Amino acid sequence: MNAEVTIIKTAAETALAHAFTQARAQLPGDGAIAAQRDAAFDVFAKEGLPHRRVEEWKYTDLRALMREAKPLALPPGAAAKARAKQAGALLGDVEARRLVFVDGAFVPELSDTANLESGLAVRSLAEALTDSDPSLTAHLGKLAPLSDVAVALNTALMGDGAVIRIGAGATIERPLHLLFVASEKPAATFVRSLVVVEKGARVMLIESHEGPPGSDYQVNAALELFVGDEAHVDHVKIIAEGADALHVSTLAAAIGAHARFNSFTFTAGGAVVRNQLFLKFDGEGTVAGIRGATLIKGRQHADTTLVANHIARDCQCREVFKSVLDDEAHGVFQGRIIVRPHAQKTDAKMMTRALLLSDRAEADNKPELEIFADDVQCGHGATAGALDDELKFYLMARGIPAAEAEALLIQAFLGEAIEGIEHAGLREALMESVAAWLKARA
Amino acid sequence: MLLEVKNLHVAIDGKEILRGLDLTVNAGEVHAIMGPNGSGKSTLAYVLAGKAAYTPTSGTVLFNGKNIFDMQPDERAAAGLFLAFQYPLEIPGVATMTFLRTALNAQRKKRGEAELSTPEFIKKVREMSAKLGIEQDMLRRAVNVGFSGGEKKRNEILQMALLEPRLAVLDETDSGLDIDALKIVADGVNRLRGPGRSFVVITHYQRLLNYIVPDVVHVLSHGRIVKTGGKDLALELEARGYV
Repeated sequence: MNAEVTIIKTAAETALAHAFTQARAQLPGDGAIAAQRDAAFDVFAKEGLPHRRVEEWKYTDLRALMREAKPLALPPGAAAKARAKQAGALLGDVEARRLVFVDGAFVPELSDTANLESGLAVRSLAEALTDSDPSLTAHLGKLAPLSDVAVALNTALMGDGAVIRIGAGATIERPLHLLFVASEKPAATFVRSLVVVEKGARVMLIESHEGPPGSDYQVNAALELFVGDEAHVDHVKIIAEGADALHVSTLAAAIGAHARFNSFTFTAGGAVVRNQLFLKFDGEGTVAGIRGATLIKGRQHADTTLVANHIARDCQCREVFKSVLDDEAHGVFQGRIIVRPHAQKTDAKMMTRALLLSDRAEADNKPELEIFADDVQCGHGATAGALDDELKFYLMARGIPAAEAEALLIQAFLGEAIEGIEHAGLREALMESVAAWLKARA
Repeated sequence: MLLEVKNLHVAIDGKEILRGLDLTVNAGEVHAIMGPNGSGKSTLAYVLAGKAAYTPTSGTVLFNGKNIFDMQPDERAAAGLFLAFQYPLEIPGVATMTFLRTALNAQRKKRGEAELSTPEFIKKVREMSAKLGIEQDMLRRAVNVGFSGGEKKRNEILQMALLEPRLAVLDETDSGLDIDALKIVADGVNRLRGPGRSFVVITHYQRLLNYIVPDVVHVLSHGRIVKTGGKDLALELEARGYV
């Protein structure tokens, strides 16, 4: 006889379950895709929202932080689309091919899909799901770990996103910019994108997320990225959500042999942000740079959780994450490097540094190394501290006022991570954004 | 009088370092302050520049008639006070050029002067750095990062030349320099000497004073000036020691 188990569900969990039941029939895709959604939903139904006793979510107790689940976003109206034209200002004049999503839905009239370079194919996820596009189903869900409840929810409820393929050997000169904008109505969006970069191809992918302040909307975004052998991919994610938003996003990437892969996350917006990176080094001889800069204040919470899984040998990976925390902001970094038995000669170094501008700010850092090969170079370093008073005095002794001296030191601190971005225009745009943040602080 | 220090007492962590120091420097004069380790030389330098925790327990310091203890370090700098650090700091991520321009323009702004245009600024820095044997490449690098001891000291002199202070305090600028570097630094200082500019040269050794010839030499001991004389006093100290 089975014992009756009563699982106490939070209001948010109940609402998410309800949303799935209600939406299930209308969500795009059937057959295998519907089965994939059901399986993913079962993971959530069993686990519930992750909480502090789930080790991976120790510092970001989503069950506590997510008091309610917003209703699924409706298709955007004309006004929301019109406002979305102003989005993306943070990127300055970086020239890019925009694919715009408002409240999680692809908006073709705001997007630039004309005259695609040869080798570039773009379509919306909703469309690809509806058609059961075989190139989609061959890849979807292959990288994002369902055991992660955020990914499971995304898979169950994914509505739209971008499906991009870069053909073998193609060089896409213009960066591709996936621009996600939330409208004023607080709602939940589940966007899922898939990018397949074939052998020897080259592309820069920018992903930005923004929305209005004063709206406690919720975003769950996932990107599955296949980097082929000898490909060169730069990925930049900008999290500039409105001040009251909850943002959970996941990058799940598999990187082939002799590839170059760079990923950078800039986090400045959102009330609660969880940025997850699951990287799998599948091919030998790849060089990767995984970096991030976080600038938060007030009561913002930003968590970066990274898992770098080295399966193949001879890969080099540098991870540099910097955060500036003011007021009562809470920064979290969890970084795990796994080196599998065959991944000899792996060279992986992880560095995280937090600068606390207030004695009420908090930085939590959890590096983990799991090394099963015997001929590797792996290391990690972590620091957390206040601005260096000696340096500040040196600058002031040269006539630079206190606020300007602090700003200069903070810019220099973040600059070390931002300099890793290969695109000069984007580097400048982000440094501008840092300067604006500092100006607002003073 | 450009600088007037009267009965200055400074304690750090409860320990009194300066114990009634008096010093008067007129415009255009070069004063040397010599003394053994621990006599309070660097403390005096930091008190003048305004380092935190280096605050007086009593006494006054007037710079150009103004109480410097009412001024923040950046305000003192803009008023014309410069300290060449004994141990110049490394500032990773801040390019030397950016640092120099930010400092110069901040001072000019505070004095109500127009900011220097980029070409004017670059020309000025290039000329000055060439005279000090500072490579252009060094200016592109982060402030003092990867610089040798001598390069750091020359960089201090470059900053001084660019900022054109009314009073420059050189805190053991000669320490760690070989004779060639010492001459370059001394030449840099001598070029700036003039009726409108004063120097306080703090040193442990007489050697520097062969190249920067002072008008007045003071001996600092246990936090007070115990002896004052002309340039020959330095030679006397060299021969006989401080005791």
